[in-house]
Amino acid sequence: MKGTSAVELVGVDKDFGEVNALSGIELTIGGGEFVSLIGPSGCGKSTLLRVVADLEQPSAGTVTVGGKPPRQARVDQEYGIAFQQAGLLEWRTVAENVELPLHVHGMAKPQRQARAAELLELVGLADFAGSRPSQLSGGMQQRVAIARALAPSPRLLLMDEPFGALDEMTRERMQAELLRIAGETGAAVLFVTHSIPEAVVLSDRVVVMSPRPGRITEIVTGRRPAVGKAAELDPDDVEDVRESSAFFAAITAVREALRKGHEA
Amino acid sequence: MRNRTRTVVTAVAAFVLLGALWEITKLVLPAAGVTVGDIRLLPRTDDAAMPHVWTVLARLAEPEVAGAAVARPVWLAVLAGAAFTLVLAVGGLALGGVLGALLALVMQRFALVERATLPYVVASQTVPLIAIAPLVAGWGGKIAIFGWSWQPWASVMVISSYLAFFPIAVGVLRGLGSPARADLELFRAMAAGWWTTLLRLRMPASVPYVVPAVRLAAAAAVVGAIVAEISTGTRGGIGRLIIEYAQSATADPSRTYAAILGAVVLGLVVAAVVGLLDVGLRRYRGSVR
Amino acid sequence: MTTSKVPHRFANLHGDSGVQVGKTVGKFGWLPPVVFGVGALALWEVVVRVAGVPAFILPTPSAIGAQIVAQPAVLLSTSWATGLNALVGLVAGFVLGVVLALLAASSRLLSDLTTPVVAAASAVPIVALAPVFTTMFGSTTEIPRRLVVMLVVIVPVFIATARGLRQVQPVHAELMTALAATPWQHARFVRLPGAIPHIMTGLRLAAPAAVIAAVVAEYFGGLQNGLGSRISSAAANTAYARAWAFVAASIVLGLLFHFAGLLAERLVTRRTLRRTP
Repeated sequence: MKGTSAVELVGVDKDFGEVNALSGIELTIGGGEFVSLIGPSGCGKSTLLRVVADLEQPSAGTVTVGGKPPRQARVDQEYGIAFQQAGLLEWRTVAENVELPLHVHGMAKPQRQARAAELLELVGLADFAGSRPSQLSGGMQQRVAIARALAPSPRLLLMDEPFGALDEMTRERMQAELLRIAGETGAAVLFVTHSIPEAVVLSDRVVVMSPRPGRITEIVTGRRPAVGKAAELDPDDVEDVRESSAFFAAITAVREALRKGHEA
Repeated sequence: MRNRTRTVVTAVAAFVLLGALWEITKLVLPAAGVTVGDIRLLPRTDDAAMPHVWTVLARLAEPEVAGAAVARPVWLAVLAGAAFTLVLAVGGLALGGVLGALLALVMQRFALVERATLPYVVASQTVPLIAIAPLVAGWGGKIAIFGWSWQPWASVMVISSYLAFFPIAVGVLRGLGSPARADLELFRAMAAGWWTTLLRLRMPASVPYVVPAVRLAAAAAVVGAIVAEISTGTRGGIGRLIIEYAQSATADPSRTYAAILGAVVLGLVVAAVVGLLDVGLRRYRGSVR
Repeated sequence: MTTSKVPHRFANLHGDSGVQVGKTVGKFGWLPPVVFGVGALALWEVVVRVAGVPAFILPTPSAIGAQIVAQPAVLLSTSWATGLNALVGLVAGFVLGVVLALLAASSRLLSDLTTPVVAAASAVPIVALAPVFTTMFGSTTEIPRRLVVMLVVIVPVFIATARGLRQVQPVHAELMTALAATPWQHARFVRLPGAIPHIMTGLRLAAPAAVIAAVVAEYFGGLQNGLGSRISSAAANTAYARAWAFVAASIVLGLLFHFAGLLAERLVTRRTLRRTP
């Protein structure tokens, strides 16, 4: 066990045949830290997340998730994951979808129902427990997917462009929600996005990547709002961040890092 | 390429296993079958009911009628029967296909025709149309069209085409209606007429629907031809051969199986020909959204 | 068999082979088909009468109707005999088809072995097996016909089920991997529930096919108690209107199975809800 780091990547390479998708990745994510991966398409940001999730095997280097090898971390449900598509099962109710990870891992029905109710409360969908996924809007479906990812109380949340398919207004609301949830659960988050403002407003650190080969070019300090009591993050706090000059400065920093990476 | 080899090898293995299963059934089950009360639960497995695979294959090479002076071998009889039926089925498929495509075109052009007739076309796929086979059979030798006296084989072809007609009509109609709205609007924006749209958009777009329809229609035409031969008593075809051989099955069981083998080969040959059509039209396959 | 083609090579065997083809029809959408149907019947009656078409080509609808009215008991009992064969074969074939497809989905080897056999079976005239089943089981039982129906039914059910089991959304597959689910859990939570609409579609397509197979199997000999054998014997006795009455009964039986299959599909699909494509 290495202290409190949620993810440690040391010298990670990933090749798909001739294509060098990731090269010499060094990154440590601390406990409770929010880290975004940003970069142009083909920079390997999704691949990096999938390596952490044990959905891809690295070609070289070592990966540690919650102090364990990724495979063990996956089997032990050390992380929860959400994709760009909510990927809810249509034949299950909203609550049953949230229960799915617990169901798979053999938790007894009363316990997992209680847990699902708790999580739906957390994401503000308690009234929709008995609904079918198709009756929910895209943003609501994504919130169910986040609740599902949180079901086994993971210390790490992996999110692959979860808000990519949502409209701008819903997206901003979801970002505030996610900040509140992350604060409340204290989970570390690895968040893949291609939106600069999204990365800046959500993150403690924004990892800027560039393609051919996929590598980390710069790490910019993000503007995640400081919260005294985690559970009491107000949407207005996030709004204040969005209108602050430090926010615009960070955006400029990320944009310049991206351009540099592109020119390099 | 390796994948294709694997497919061929496993396909061959599958049929060999099927043969092995047959032999094992013969070996394991009692020869008289198993009867509980009046109901026979398991089949008779003696050589008369289930001849050995090799007996059937060997029978193909032997003369049709044992001891006859100039008898043709069974394989030739089966082949001739299958070829006869093939011609009728292909004729039926062509006739039914042309008529079915025409109906689909008219339905596509005139919405009222579609609304009036489509329920019947759809329903006709779910009812045993083939039930009328014995009735069409009655036409043989009784009617004449422009001095041409109706032949039994024509009844067979009519029934076969009748069965092929409906899947093709439905398939072509679905295919012609398949282009995306955006594509239709593009043609409209280019001021293309109905014929141009039909020729350049609807027909190419319909291929992925028409090919499976033809495959279905071809199988239906073969079944139709075989059943029609049986109920019309038309001589010369494989269906009639199966029945003729089956009637003397107690004395010569393996001959029936040889004839059924011919029907199976016939079905596969027709499916293969449709498969070639599919390959030939490959470039249109992706045109469905 | 290639599986990536869109639509699948069995597209017509599968899915919405017709009813949904029509454009959205208004309040009087039923009118054109009813007018057409009544008109066609009337035209048939008139043409046959006026042109003096002999009964062996086509009897008048009224003559056929008179035959139906004259012997409802016989029509019912023969329909029952054929319908029972179709039903027994349908149930057996449905169960076997689903089980086979589940087995095939569980291993690559089994899938490679069963797929060519089923593909071949979909192209060959299965009813031709009726005479040998009669030899194997005897001509005094219904088993040969039920076996033929069963084999005919297995094919579409197997194809539909296999296809449903294959169609797993990539995001669901990833999710199950991320959840470290076992293959059995993958089948239970994702593949099987996802396949249910396809399985029911297979049943809907197989239901009328079962009736067709049951009727046709009777043309190959055996017991003389069903619709098929009555049609051929009436035709052989030149009682054409009576033969057409049995044809009408088999059409009704076919429609009955079709609508029962449709109803079952709708009910189950509504319960489990079809995935939005």
